[in-house]
Amino acid sequence: YRPHGLRQSFTYRPHGLRQSFTYRPHGLRQSFTYRPHGLRQIQTKSKKTLAKPGVKNIVLVEGVRTPFLLSGTTYADLMPHDLARAALQGLLHKTSLPKDAVDYIIYGTVIQEVKTSNVAREASLGAGFSDKIPSHTVTMACISSNVAMTTGVGLITAGQCDTIVAGGVEFMSDVPIRHSRKMRKTMLALNRAKTLGQRLSLIGSIRMAHLTPELPAVAEFSTAETMGHSADRLAAAFGVTRLEQDEFALRSHTLAKQAQDAGLLSDVISFKVPGRDTVAKDNGIRPSSMEQLAKLKPAFIKPHGTVTAANSSFLTDGASAVLIMSEEKALAMGYKPKAYLRDFVFVSQDPKDQLLLGPAYGTPKVLARAGLTMDDIDVFEFHEAFAGQIMANLKALDSDWFAQTYMGRKVKVGAPAMEKFNLWGGSLSLGHPFGATGCRLVTTVAHRLLKEGGQYGLVAACAAGGQGHAMVIEAYPQ
Amino acid sequence: SSFDLSFFLARTHVNYEVKEDVAVIRMNDPNSKVNTLSVRMQNEMIEVFNEVLANDAVHSAVLISSKPGCFIAGADINMIQACNTSEEVTKLSQEGQKMFERIEKSPKPIVAAINGSCLGGGLEFAIACQYRVATKSKKTVLGTPEVMLGLLPGAGGTQRLPKMVGIPGAFDMMLTGRNIKADKAKKMGLVHQLVDPLGPGLKSPEERTIEYLEEVAIQCARGIVHKKILLTKKKGMMQKVQDYVMGIAFVRQQIYKNVNGKVMKMSKGLYPAPLKIIESVKAGLEQGPDSGYLAEAQNFGKLAMTSESNALIGLYHGQVACKKNRFGVPERPVKNLAILGAGLMGAGIAQVTVDKGIHTVLKDTTVEGLSRGQQQVYKGLNDKIKKKAITSFERDSTLSSLTGQLDYSGFEKADMVIEAVFEDINIKHRVIKEVEAVIPPHCIFATNTSALPIKDIAAASMRPEKVIGMHYFSPVDKMQLLEIITTDKTSKDTTASAVAVGLKQGKVIIVVGDGPGFYTTRCLAPMLAEAVRVLQEGVNPKKLDALTTGFGFPVGAATLADEVGIDVAAHVAEDLGKAFGSRFGGGNVDVLKTMVERGFKGRKSGKGCYVYTPGLKSKDVNPDIDDLLEKFKLTPNPSVSSDSDVQYRLVSRFVNEAVMCLQEGILNGPVEGDIGAVFGLGFPPCLGGPFRFVDTFGADKLVEKMRRYEEVYGNHFTPCQLLLDHAKDSNKRFHK
Repeated sequence: YRPHGLRQSFTYRPHGLRQSFTYRPHGLRQSFTYRPHGLRQIQTKSKKTLAKPGVKNIVLVEGVRTPFLLSGTTYADLMPHDLARAALQGLLHKTSLPKDAVDYIIYGTVIQEVKTSNVAREASLGAGFSDKIPSHTVTMACISSNVAMTTGVGLITAGQCDTIVAGGVEFMSDVPIRHSRKMRKTMLALNRAKTLGQRLSLIGSIRMAHLTPELPAVAEFSTAETMGHSADRLAAAFGVTRLEQDEFALRSHTLAKQAQDAGLLSDVISFKVPGRDTVAKDNGIRPSSMEQLAKLKPAFIKPHGTVTAANSSFLTDGASAVLIMSEEKALAMGYKPKAYLRDFVFVSQDPKDQLLLGPAYGTPKVLARAGLTMDDIDVFEFHEAFAGQIMANLKALDSDWFAQTYMGRKVKVGAPAMEKFNLWGGSLSLGHPFGATGCRLVTTVAHRLLKEGGQYGLVAACAAGGQGHAMVIEAYPQ
Repeated sequence: SSFDLSFFLARTHVNYEVKEDVAVIRMNDPNSKVNTLSVRMQNEMIEVFNEVLANDAVHSAVLISSKPGCFIAGADINMIQACNTSEEVTKLSQEGQKMFERIEKSPKPIVAAINGSCLGGGLEFAIACQYRVATKSKKTVLGTPEVMLGLLPGAGGTQRLPKMVGIPGAFDMMLTGRNIKADKAKKMGLVHQLVDPLGPGLKSPEERTIEYLEEVAIQCARGIVHKKILLTKKKGMMQKVQDYVMGIAFVRQQIYKNVNGKVMKMSKGLYPAPLKIIESVKAGLEQGPDSGYLAEAQNFGKLAMTSESNALIGLYHGQVACKKNRFGVPERPVKNLAILGAGLMGAGIAQVTVDKGIHTVLKDTTVEGLSRGQQQVYKGLNDKIKKKAITSFERDSTLSSLTGQLDYSGFEKADMVIEAVFEDINIKHRVIKEVEAVIPPHCIFATNTSALPIKDIAAASMRPEKVIGMHYFSPVDKMQLLEIITTDKTSKDTTASAVAVGLKQGKVIIVVGDGPGFYTTRCLAPMLAEAVRVLQEGVNPKKLDALTTGFGFPVGAATLADEVGIDVAAHVAEDLGKAFGSRFGGGNVDVLKTMVERGFKGRKSGKGCYVYTPGLKSKDVNPDIDDLLEKFKLTPNPSVSSDSDVQYRLVSRFVNEAVMCLQEGILNGPVEGDIGAVFGLGFPPCLGGPFRFVDTFGADKLVEKMRRYEEVYGNHFTPCQLLLDHAKDSNKRFHK
């Protein structure tokens, strides 16, 4: 318990105060946005830090992930918590973090294995963390691990914790397939039946139709529309062509391959899969050719749709984990943090026609919060659910009409420069384990800022339910 | 000069643009919200079509409308109504046939890109094209509604549809006239490809959706030219079997017979259009296309000259007129509506309100009554899910706008209160006082009553200018009519607001003056009094029903009494009897009262004129009714008791009362009178309503019959002055 006044200082900031830190003279900013490409590698230290008085600095100390594999491949016989466990152990190994130094563990996941519905708890116990460390699981579709991280940020900001492990896991090689509702009802009644006669009559009531299984819904609950279908409509609404989508998909795979070959994907840990080989690499990266891509038929809207299997993200198994601390704590423990986690927003809109527009809505909002413009950002990492979705979001960001009509803004913020955008591949090529992608995005921004010498990074992602997330990340002075 | 000439030739309705090798033909009537196949539209279309055919750079064409909610809504009805002879109409039909034949035989494939209503002539145009792409928009509907106007699809529809969707499917479409949604149309084979409506993008969703439809249609047009899309689809096993079966003349004969039988049973032979449709289809299939097209054109001409078609077209125009608010825009829109009483009526009103974006409070006095009402609303919405009209999610979010409660909390926010409590003046007075103590000053108090004069109810009000009557018909979600009753104190804004709410609820509205029974109940009462007399004279309920349905009423008089409730009928008969005196006599009110005493309250009590067994559709005459009627037996006078006389006795009393309502100023005009009678009381649609009936049948002939009945029964049949005026002067007509 802390007195009311104290807590308020963390959640409520007077307007005037914030403004003094968000406004920077125009001339100064401009001198750093038009940097010649060759100079990019040089650390720029003269940009203002986004630190705010009275707000704790929160840092990303480290981030790791298991290799992301196509579902049904090497991880096929595992359970979700096994993957999460591997990520946690990888994080412990990489940071040499004493297990009892963690205050709280939070995991994000989407399709839950019913046996391990609090997968955070099962994974942390299995990873050898003290059973005294509480852990919980969160879910917000494809931005679940973003919620895990921001929940951690909240706990640190509120002074409740200093050291948080956040992560995400998704395991699509096995999903809960249920008996039909009728069958379940009969089986539950059978449990309560007292006499043999009652049991027999219940068993006798079972019909063939009862045996039809219920697959996990691939469709949005509120609209009954599948995400791929919605993405195809979104692409059409923004006039995104098939060619643009295939080009973007090819770009993603090509850049991912380059990054993999250059050893840039240093967040990937190797994982000895019980009974199988050790995996050390993502296995979905497949740079192809435009001709090959053009051959594919549309996957959702037939025959005239533009979204295909090749320009969509694929079903993936994988887990990620990050270590988040207050700056003081990290320094006290002798860590060299990688980045500051700064302002973030969650947004939501119409789950039918704007299902995947989270980045378009989140980006201007988080930039405004941080007092930055599009040009200030050095590194963009956007979640690539579908190439068409990415292109639609870019077009939305670059449209004054969209900004005015749907976001209540006077002007657009503009689209991110492609030479700063998803340079090490993205969900289309690396894979997209729903619950785990958020941590990958944040870790990649931190790593790219270090590598490229930028100062500000921006993460943005869309999620089922018409929701979205965006976060500003600042490089930690090296 | 050349300037004048080019100005004269400028096309306003149809234009086209050549996109590489595809001509995109765009239709847009600048003077209307919808496109119709007017003379102008047709002429410009032919011109454009000729140019497209002559242009060697063009290999195919796309036909599309620039209007967001409409492809082509149909033929121009005025064009048909302007004709004086069936030959003229036949000629119109033949011109349409010729134009569509050219489209069908076009060497350059034409793709119809359909977004919004594609009805009647619009559908016939589309099915003459080689390929059809439609949006899955809720506004996209395809259909042949001609039968509802007493006509038939007269531009090749009766010939092309059977080939396209099969004989049974074609009959179903043409005989019911119902709207078919895009996905159903695809399943039936009426359209080839569907396009999803788009959401926000770089343009407005509506605009971009049309553009997208055009893009897809252009792809299809090129696909056909390049043989990537084949127009002759490989037939599946089922199709082959069906084709084989339909190829057997005997099977087809059975189908014609069957369909004919069904039509005769449902229409009692009172509607010529369905029979002519069957005839035209049959001519084409059995004697070849030449005979078929000729039969279609000739039958179309014949139908256009029938009184039935005239009546149905009149109703169509009337319905359009009664969907407008002639009182203007209300000062403030109703956003919060409270309904008192969660009975059948109250819950029904809630059901049609809650899904229109109006927050609805449903208040009752008991938990049981409230739960029953809430369940009724839930069930109403849930049934829509089964019909795939809404999703379960839409049901849930709609229901979140409904609040069920037992107290007056939140009434301070109400913009309108509709009371649907028991029909008792004392209860209504108590309620109005309670409500006025809690509602804000601008709030309107509407009372849902079927007979109590509004001014009597308003007598307890502190602000009579805010009091109005809103008479809904049961079941509220099915019956289209809303009768709004104004007193001389009701303000214009109050009326405007009530009409606005009713229109939102999807109602066809008549606004009438105050008085006992207003308009609808007042017309029904003398007819029911006559029906009771007919029963007393020894005609059994089944026979009475047959006589009324035989005249064109969709529900027989005895069944109607059971549906309304014998207790309600007794109540109304007594009240109006007191108000209007002996003129409203006829049958003995005690017949109804005795029935009520013995528990025969109609369908709701399981027994009335008939016995109702739950789950059973057929019903038997209540065996106890004979004894009961025996006690009240009257001796029929053979001179006025033929079947026909019984029918006219029932109808003439109804019609005379309607005309008297116009004479007294209760009615604003004959259009509202006709609409109210047909949509609220089931007056035969083929007669077009009481006023059109007088025009068609002849006021003099009607008066002559009434005088004959008057001699036997007295003032029950005395024609009113306005009817006598019309009888005297055959130039006097209610409808021009």
